[in-house]
Amino acid sequence: MSKSLNDILTSFSGDKSEIISILQDIQSNMGYLPEQAIMEVSKFTEVPESEIYGVATFYTQFRFLPVGKKHIMVCKGTACHVKGAKQIIEGIERHLGIKEGEVTFDLEYSLESVGCLGCCALAPCAMINGEVESNLTLRDVKRIFSRMKRNSIEKDYQD
Amino acid sequence: MNYNQLFKESVEEYESLLSGETPVILVGSATCGKSAGALEVSAAFKGELEEQGVIAEVIDVGCIGLCYLEPIVTIIKKGMPAIFYGEVTSKLAKQLVREYIIGNDPMGDYALGTLGEKQIEGIPKLYDKPVMKPQIRRILRNCGFIDPNNIKHYIAMNGYSGLYNALQMKNFDVIEKVKLSGLRGRGGAGFPTWMKWQFCIDSEENDKYLICNADEGDPGAFMNRSLLESDPHSVLEGIVIAAYAIGAKEGYIYCRAEYPLALERLKHAISEMKRLGFLGKDIMGSGFNFDIKIKEGAGAFVCGEETALIASIEGKRGMPRTRPPFPTTSGLWGKPTVINNVETMASVSLIMQAGHGSFSEYGTAESKGTKTFSLVGNVKNTGLIEVPLGTTLRQVIEEIGGGILDDGNFKAVQIGGPSGGCLPDSFLDTQIDYDSLTMAGAIMGSGGLVVMDQSSCMVDVARYFLEFIQNESCGKCVPCRLGTKQMLDVLTDITEGRGKSGDIDLLLELAEGVKEGSLCGLGQTSPNPILTTIKFFKDEYDAHINEKRCPALLCKELINYQIIPEKCEGCMLCLKSCPVGAISGIKNEVHSIDKDSCIKCGTCIELCSAKYNAIEPVSKY
Repeated sequence: MSKSLNDILTSFSGDKSEIISILQDIQSNMGYLPEQAIMEVSKFTEVPESEIYGVATFYTQFRFLPVGKKHIMVCKGTACHVKGAKQIIEGIERHLGIKEGEVTFDLEYSLESVGCLGCCALAPCAMINGEVESNLTLRDVKRIFSRMKRNSIEKDYQD
Repeated sequence: MNYNQLFKESVEEYESLLSGETPVILVGSATCGKSAGALEVSAAFKGELEEQGVIAEVIDVGCIGLCYLEPIVTIIKKGMPAIFYGEVTSKLAKQLVREYIIGNDPMGDYALGTLGEKQIEGIPKLYDKPVMKPQIRRILRNCGFIDPNNIKHYIAMNGYSGLYNALQMKNFDVIEKVKLSGLRGRGGAGFPTWMKWQFCIDSEENDKYLICNADEGDPGAFMNRSLLESDPHSVLEGIVIAAYAIGAKEGYIYCRAEYPLALERLKHAISEMKRLGFLGKDIMGSGFNFDIKIKEGAGAFVCGEETALIASIEGKRGMPRTRPPFPTTSGLWGKPTVINNVETMASVSLIMQAGHGSFSEYGTAESKGTKTFSLVGNVKNTGLIEVPLGTTLRQVIEEIGGGILDDGNFKAVQIGGPSGGCLPDSFLDTQIDYDSLTMAGAIMGSGGLVVMDQSSCMVDVARYFLEFIQNESCGKCVPCRLGTKQMLDVLTDITEGRGKSGDIDLLLELAEGVKEGSLCGLGQTSPNPILTTIKFFKDEYDAHINEKRCPALLCKELINYQIIPEKCEGCMLCLKSCPVGAISGIKNEVHSIDKDSCIKCGTCIELCSAKYNAIEPVSKY
């Protein structure tokens, strides 16, 4: 269940050391860091907005735009690179018609590459909404998207 | 309840589980197991058991490290040795319920091996297999065998006896035990653990902090993730022991957010510790107070560096600062702080449980103990291994790893992550220990071993690491911020056919400047991949620069894809799958690829390689 911004802030004491944890909570509830949220965090912690942006933009976890319903993180770790991660990313880019760091126009999918997911023995890997897909081939890319589309249609039908 | 009673109760409970009438099915469900389908296998077992009206315990456990064989299942039946099965599918799971849980046929054809005194005809002992035989699994001893969510399983395996022992001693006696063990930090720097603790004690401040660095950022390394997911208490026990040794009352585990399962396991484990009085006030009735908070990393490789990690916990940008003062003198909130790696902590709990001698009996004179490594890349048996320090690279790659995938040719092994180096085959007999690897030009690092074969381009590998480092550089130091950018630009030019004479000298000059001028380890070690690849693979650089040729046939700007007429059967599979329509031809006639429209995406090669292997990359020039 999503928490409101106020609920999130009031669960902290307001000390500036909590800034990263507050931002992480906001992002896990809202999917990204809206401008309004940064303003509220600034008021709550009494830290200037510029400093909060300075912290938020430093860490790759934080996003300032929403992600798609299915957020795909392709691993670019060393083992994944050696096993062809670049081709997998390019394959996904072609399939979705977007580049790394972008969202599809219908907000269904977004794509980014990450440093290392820690699943190196089963490279190349990607994480989709927290679930890891491993030993990926270009054929798997097609299969995974078909499966996600099927599940999405079933879910819409049930809703 | 006191510890001894708890231990007795836990042993009874764990042993009655393993030797009781009810069969036990352990499903390896760490992140790699899950990604290979372990959850579906677990559900298949439960579904079939219910359908057959049979009772068995299905427990999701951690990882035994044979990742290339995931999902892995262990079945324990009364009177029989434990049997391990690999690459288990939902279908096989159901068959195993019918044939072995209900019946008496262990389905030996699908078994990997057994564990225990008894043997079953036709099934080897697990530890006789070449992949396991050279390994000494001490840190990983519980992984895959205990329920990581059940503290009593850990206690039954002597868990928390180390903490119990430590609390009976004076803190400086604990430090002495760790000193005698010879333990060196497992995060990469290899600094003697006891010495770091001693520096902290020597400070006269009352407030001290203990931080466990679980920000395993080295790409290619997942040892810490696996340990936290499979046996979190082994790490947590070490943390409390370390805190007691230095007199810290508060501690943090800084764990990267990319490890959600590890975070979940840690949170649950900490709540169990508090319930049993192993954390919080008056731990085990000793009067020692200590509590742990979890801080999630937010995606910054540089936060693996001690001072950057501290800045991050303080809510700031993770930018390193000058040392001295070292964190042991002035760290978190300006107080003396010890930062130890996950595996260092697990080593501490092992030392205090089993004695320092049991640790130092393995290893070399200067590098004691065993170490976990992630063996990945183009090797057959990829996974998590543990060997005594001093084992050679050849033993690891050829014996344990089973050699190169698809019987290819070994080219290099990359050790030590972005701070490390690439060693060629002439170094395969190098011992894996801190000093031998440094002399060879690499570093041990956290333990990632990425094996490369003839399909890897070493210039591309250097470019890959510089791209990574450029993204992760905090930007504070001009030599690092701009130097790594320049090195990356030169390497990109070389891999894209724009390399020119003088580039190698330029790279070496930049490397020296970045090394000398950078504040922290990230910058100082960033040129290492370039330096080792130039040293050992200069011929590849020369080919790229002088001949515009990539010997590995990998760099896209320097290759074309070509159909081999003698092998092409004209099946049209590649033609139909080409995303840019660059392949032409008719059924049953040799196809051809238009070099100008081909984007070298690899789709056609992947499709054809299984059938006719009729498409290959060739040099453009």
